[in-house]
Amino acid sequence: MKDVKISIKNLNLYYGTKQALKNISLNIPSKQVTAFIGPSGCGKSTFLRTLNRMNDLIDSVNITGEVLIDGIDIYDKSLDVVNLRKRVGMVFQKSNLFPKSVFENLVFGLRLNGIRDKNILLETAETTCKQAAIWDEVKDRLNEPALSLSGGQQQRLCIARALAVKPEILLMDEPASALDPISTAKIEELIHDLKTKYTIVIVTHNMQQAARVSDLTAFFYIGELIEYDKTTKIFTNPSFKQTEDYVTGRFG
Amino acid sequence: MELTKKKRDVSGFLLISSTRILFFFLILILLVLIGKIFIEGIGIISLEFIFDEPKNNMTEGGIGPAIFGTIAVTVVMVLFAVPLGVFAAIYLSEYAKDSFFYRIIRTSINNLAGIPSIVFGLFGLGFFILFIGKNLDEVLETGLLFGQPALLWASSTLAVLVLPIVIISTLEALNSVPKSHRDASYGLGASKWQTIKSVVLPQARPGILTGTILAISRGVGETAPILFLGCAFFLPSLPVADLCIWGYCIPMINPTEQFMYLAYHIFILATQSSNPTKSLPLQYGATLVLIALTILLNITAILFRYKFRKSLGRN
Repeated sequence: MKDVKISIKNLNLYYGTKQALKNISLNIPSKQVTAFIGPSGCGKSTFLRTLNRMNDLIDSVNITGEVLIDGIDIYDKSLDVVNLRKRVGMVFQKSNLFPKSVFENLVFGLRLNGIRDKNILLETAETTCKQAAIWDEVKDRLNEPALSLSGGQQQRLCIARALAVKPEILLMDEPASALDPISTAKIEELIHDLKTKYTIVIVTHNMQQAARVSDLTAFFYIGELIEYDKTTKIFTNPSFKQTEDYVTGRFG
Repeated sequence: MELTKKKRDVSGFLLISSTRILFFFLILILLVLIGKIFIEGIGIISLEFIFDEPKNNMTEGGIGPAIFGTIAVTVVMVLFAVPLGVFAAIYLSEYAKDSFFYRIIRTSINNLAGIPSIVFGLFGLGFFILFIGKNLDEVLETGLLFGQPALLWASSTLAVLVLPIVIISTLEALNSVPKSHRDASYGLGASKWQTIKSVVLPQARPGILTGTILAISRGVGETAPILFLGCAFFLPSLPVADLCIWGYCIPMINPTEQFMYLAYHIFILATQSSNPTKSLPLQYGATLVLIALTILLNITAILFRYKFRKSLGRN
């Protein structure tokens, strides 16, 4: 495997007494797209959210094990969660733009860091929008409410907003599940372009999507990591029966 | 089959028509009430009536000082109640963990709203004037300044009275901010306070504003809590003092003075007048002004809310 960006060792996660993730270990390579697939409730989204500690926001969650990003344990007591989330951006299932203007959404992360210089803000807004392939659609609408954009545009704006913080890793939780096929295609194309610069981890329900966009695929089932391999191998010649049943659509 | 259907229709019809009758009855009461006050009161309303002081033992003149006192008390009340209430709500909704202590606080806030207002008046007298005021006087060696009924204590007491309204409406507003927006903010590396400040509070602002206005409407109409807290029958001067900084003086509300209050003034006109026939029109006029003031406040609230909602992009 190429350079490892994220390394997970013996990760267990409990909601109260219920164990949602069971002893998961895997390495996520740098500047590749890694897809998590599996039936609903298998823990893939929960697992994704352990990578930027979004589960911290839920009181009843307990986590054991290690998540190393560039060799540093992100669950270390001395680590600043706020900094971590700046390095590990996230795009959610449904677009969650703030009820502010397009521009204010884009620069939200920069403003958090106290950047006020209008030129820097505008520049960042433009470059990230271009990266997210949405600049042409929003360049004349920067001051309009973000919620007036179409669903697909909103989701790409969410991606641009996440990129504006200049993360190294981008976590995507079913980013296209609420979109139509054309918008979905645009997002997938975007993922393909972005992986030259970012390490991308994507959770998806859509098997074809995983096959199309990812380099590696991990299959989860009821809190366990069943199989993790190159995407081509998972979809053409999986080692486990469960994986084969799932990717061929026999259950799930 | 047909029979049961018909029966259901009859009971449905009865329910709807009785509701409708009751509804019109309610509207009718409201119309008669406001109509009567309007018709009797409008004749006396004039610039003099609004700005003049009462004259001739309150059988002539206007209600100027009472209007001024009402506004002054309300402004100071808002300055106390809104920051305190909003921060209390932020603490309860965003920081407090669900514990026994937390539930006691929540229950207390809800029960506070149900306490008879005269009890607040006695509380204000005992706590603010006799305890805080007297001790302030001793510590600051000001003689008798704080330890007596005054605008400051009336406003403080009204603030305590309306605090539950502010807290509860702010809590509702905070809870209505979608979790996905908080997630987005945390996901972009915002701290908890940054999330509250730049995502949650802006969206909760219309709700907070509504709570504030409701609190004002409530405070403006209250009489019982301020009975012993400095509201006066008649005062020759307004509770105003010059505030001087670096030689520049501006007239400000003087919180250590007594004041006249519209709602209390109506009560006095109705019960203590030396000539009831002559003071009756004044009473109608004062009532009309009080109602108009309340309606005006509510309209302002609605306009503000509309403006904020529009700026949030959801109508």
